[in-house]
Amino acid sequence: MRSKEKNPLPLASRPLLLTVFSMISGYLVTILITVTLYAMLAHSLNIITGRAGQISLGHAAFFGIGAYITALLYTEAGFPFGLSVLSAGLGAGLIGALLGIPCLRVRDDFLAITTMGINFVVEAVFLYIPFFGGAMGIGGINLPKWLGREMTKPEYFLLILAVFLLLLLLDRKLDRSWIGLAWASIREDEQAAEAMGVDVVRFKVIAFILGSAIAGLAGGFYAHFLTFIMPQNFGFGQSIVILCMVVFGGIGTRWGPVLGALVLGILPEISRPIMEYRTLLYGLLLLAMMRFQPGGLLGEESILTKFFRRMWTPLRKSHPA
Amino acid sequence: MLIQQLTNGIAIGSVYALISLGLTMVYGILRILHVAHAGIYALGAYIGWFTFRFVGEFWLSLFVGMAGSALAGYLVERFLYSPLLHLPRIAPLIVSIGLFIAMEEAFRIVAGPHTLTYNAQVGIGNLSLGSFQLTETQLLILAVTFVILVVLWTVLSRTRTGLAMRACAMDAEIASSFGVNVNGIVAVNFLLGSAMAGAAGVLIGVYDNQVWPTMGSIPAYKALAIVVLGGLGSIPGTVLASLIVGLAETFFIGVLAIPFPRDAVAFVAMILVLMFRPYGLLGKA
Repeated sequence: MRSKEKNPLPLASRPLLLTVFSMISGYLVTILITVTLYAMLAHSLNIITGRAGQISLGHAAFFGIGAYITALLYTEAGFPFGLSVLSAGLGAGLIGALLGIPCLRVRDDFLAITTMGINFVVEAVFLYIPFFGGAMGIGGINLPKWLGREMTKPEYFLLILAVFLLLLLLDRKLDRSWIGLAWASIREDEQAAEAMGVDVVRFKVIAFILGSAIAGLAGGFYAHFLTFIMPQNFGFGQSIVILCMVVFGGIGTRWGPVLGALVLGILPEISRPIMEYRTLLYGLLLLAMMRFQPGGLLGEESILTKFFRRMWTPLRKSHPA
Repeated sequence: MLIQQLTNGIAIGSVYALISLGLTMVYGILRILHVAHAGIYALGAYIGWFTFRFVGEFWLSLFVGMAGSALAGYLVERFLYSPLLHLPRIAPLIVSIGLFIAMEEAFRIVAGPHTLTYNAQVGIGNLSLGSFQLTETQLLILAVTFVILVVLWTVLSRTRTGLAMRACAMDAEIASSFGVNVNGIVAVNFLLGSAMAGAAGVLIGVYDNQVWPTMGSIPAYKALAIVVLGGLGSIPGTVLASLIVGLAETFFIGVLAIPFPRDAVAFVAMILVLMFRPYGLLGKA
């Protein structure tokens, strides 16, 4: 360290160093944006699967619907950024309602497979109908304009993060409202809830619409970030990734899906040296996690939750609120 | 031409039936969506391929493939599913998905990412009646499926074990209170279902003349669609749905040449049927 201070780097290598540094930070920002979008998706699926207890295996379909709505409105109809992303959320919510109402009437296991079917059909529509650009997808979507120039990636990251935090705040509100109570009753015992006069189908549909709309919103942000979208980005595999994030972090908890998105979103990046085995490890990790900690990292009875509780209790005792 | 497509459709449908039956039996008794069943199917194909390569005898490779799959299915039930049965059903589902991903990767790492040719000579020969052609592998698929279905039907309807299996599928708790060994019956379900999936893997390996790591990906979800289409837990419904999907695929894609992905047909059929019959074709409320 000392020798470096005495001999500063030659001037010529400084721009190179700066370039390398900005490349690393560019890479970092890309990961941060990806993780935040995944967190948004995991959070939206958590509303359907965690809060209302309805297993969906086709969440990427609504992510894709949002992305395609944004892409088409932005490139074909000339909508501005904000409006195109908002329409993505609304449109995905509307389509979620149309598809959800018949699906939520069937038995719970059927819902898992029906949503999986929706995912395949939606992907096939994007892939085979020329209006949606086929296998090449849609390009020419840009980052939003801001202060007379294009928004930089770090700024875009902060924008998405702010939106995501607002959504978490909304989740907190909802969880403590009568909607949250109704969802909890359906999740714990659907028949009992129905017997107590909870309109089961109605509250399931509300959860489905809300989850789909937020996934659509994430799709809109994703399209503007990636600048081009392809049907393959929204396949069944993507749905499984999102579901795994929710379950890995802790289904039905507020911060679990966020933690799941963070861990499983960064894992592929840090495991690049063991490229050959990384999908194998991913599968085994899921398996081991569910087998030994079925509540997820932040679930009620997980090691991590117990640890935090133990850390928290003495703190609370020493500082009574 | 039409009869030719009909035979192709029935042959494909028979293989779907072999895969889906195990799934519906597992669901019928444990209420688990057993995604890794398709991994067992691919495992059967790989075991069959290895056996065929070292022994060179097709029937032996079919038998070893079935036995290996049955054992693997039993182990999955014993060590992965049975400790999770008291949890919400999403836990075994995720375990199953994780296991399936890991199995596909294990095949790729152990046997290589490329396809392996499974060039078995069965020795039946092609069958041709005028313009109507039945290839050797199609004949093989139809014959093996027929034999397996007859065996399954006999076990289910003519033996005490079969009676116990049907009783457990209706209500495991009540069956248990009548002295049925439910754990044993669950194991029998997994052994039979996985053996059938292994047979399907070997048959597809010979039919397509290749075995490859991701051969289970499409059956993994298509079999689920078929099972729901037929009515989850209903064995006749599953066979019927398999044939319908096999025929629909060959007709829509092969005869009418509709530009639609072949593998989405099962889901379109499933969604259409669920609109009118929410419990599937032969399912009960």
